[in-house]
Amino acid sequence: MRNNDTISKTLLVAILLCLFCSAIISYTAVSLKDLQEANVRLDKQKKILASAKILDENKTVEELFGSIESKIINLDTGRYDSSINLSSFSERDYARDVNTSTVLSVDQDIATLKRRENYQKVYLHYQNDKLSAIILPVRGYGLWGTLYGFLALESDFKTIIGLEFYQHKETAGLGAEVDNPRWKALWEGKKISSETGEILISVIKGSVDKTSPKAQYQVDGLSGATITGRGVSNLLSFWLGDLGYGPYMKEMLSKDENADV
Amino acid sequence: MSKIKEVLLNPIFNDNPIALQILGICSALAITGSLYPTLIMCVALTVVVSFSSLLVSLIRNHIPNNIRIIVQMTIIATLVMLVDELLQAFDYETSRTLSVFVGLIITNCIVMGRAEAFAMQNGPWLSFVDGLGNGLGYSIILILLAFIKELLGAGTLFGFEILPLVQNGGWYVGNNFLLLAPSSFFLIGLMIWGLRSWKTEQVEVPKYRVAKNSLESEEGA
Repeated sequence: MRNNDTISKTLLVAILLCLFCSAIISYTAVSLKDLQEANVRLDKQKKILASAKILDENKTVEELFGSIESKIINLDTGRYDSSINLSSFSERDYARDVNTSTVLSVDQDIATLKRRENYQKVYLHYQNDKLSAIILPVRGYGLWGTLYGFLALESDFKTIIGLEFYQHKETAGLGAEVDNPRWKALWEGKKISSETGEILISVIKGSVDKTSPKAQYQVDGLSGATITGRGVSNLLSFWLGDLGYGPYMKEMLSKDENADV
Repeated sequence: MSKIKEVLLNPIFNDNPIALQILGICSALAITGSLYPTLIMCVALTVVVSFSSLLVSLIRNHIPNNIRIIVQMTIIATLVMLVDELLQAFDYETSRTLSVFVGLIITNCIVMGRAEAFAMQNGPWLSFVDGLGNGLGYSIILILLAFIKELLGAGTLFGFEILPLVQNGGWYVGNNFLLLAPSSFFLIGLMIWGLRSWKTEQVEVPKYRVAKNSLESEEGA
């Protein structure tokens, strides 16, 4: 029987094995990277299109995405900022970087983000040269982790077209029902705010009483997923509020009025 | 030939990794909510356990005894990362559903157990077959679990509606408990009960028996 337990043999086996394994992993990771990134991008684009209800079975995502214009906005001023490179913008990198994000205090941070990036990428959909949908990235904490999604609004910045999440860690069958088409359909046509501009949209516990005047701001809760529902309400109130897209929506609406005059 | 058949088929009912050895419970609890991801998970585990056994067995005569566990882990981890990379590239949706559980195959006791207990002592071909058998044993339990959980929990199979749910306008009230991980404990428990009633040699001998109440006889005396 060979003696494998000498120090030199042990080191030799360890080093050879590590080299061999790391070479295989590196090779696979590098050669599959493009495919993987394309998958992530495609999935996100699909969700953007789905939130604005313009997903079409007969057309490819790339084709459909041609009608979408993306722009970077400064969340504090609410204005477009063309100084930032669109294609390399990443909300996660910006939210992590001290120079490009704002720390949220406990009472501001209803969606449990800790830091909020100062810039965000929004998507505009035009139909016959008229702005028909504004798609806003939103995110916030649910039960097990952060939900990442897109909220599409009509050009009045009040009416919801759709809400889609592209990444979350909620319980399959309960919180993960945020992906259920029937639940997502409930969002269409709901209003985010009252006439006075107060953000009222929320997921309630149980079913919405259709006769109530508040019904237009409420969405049925998912049974067994109260905390996920609360998370969705919180993330919407945060992102539609003053720290989120509030300034941007005001800016856009006032621009509209000026244009009319 | 019969040896190979035995090595392949034994882990399915006679020596099932989940139902008899009670290994690999973690993923059996966590990812059995619906059939499709479960199926992918089973394929992933079966591939990892059979190829890790094969590779460990191939170099078993050169593995220094004092680092053998690390060597096995490195081989297993490499295979798991490969599977994870491939999933992310070719089945992105499922890879997201399975999330960390693909990575957790590394720590799945079945894989380690087969490498250490079987592949270190047996030839490559036999080790590969042993890994395959254990992967199948794991798969059969997981698929059964997912079948019951998805059908009775969500009323669907592979996402297709079988029992129309009340909230979708049907008649079936889904059992939400079955969609949560802990329900697998009950289901696996019932399966073990069933399996041991069928194959009584799997019933363990009790470690001790409660002695007869001796008070009565003393009083009698």
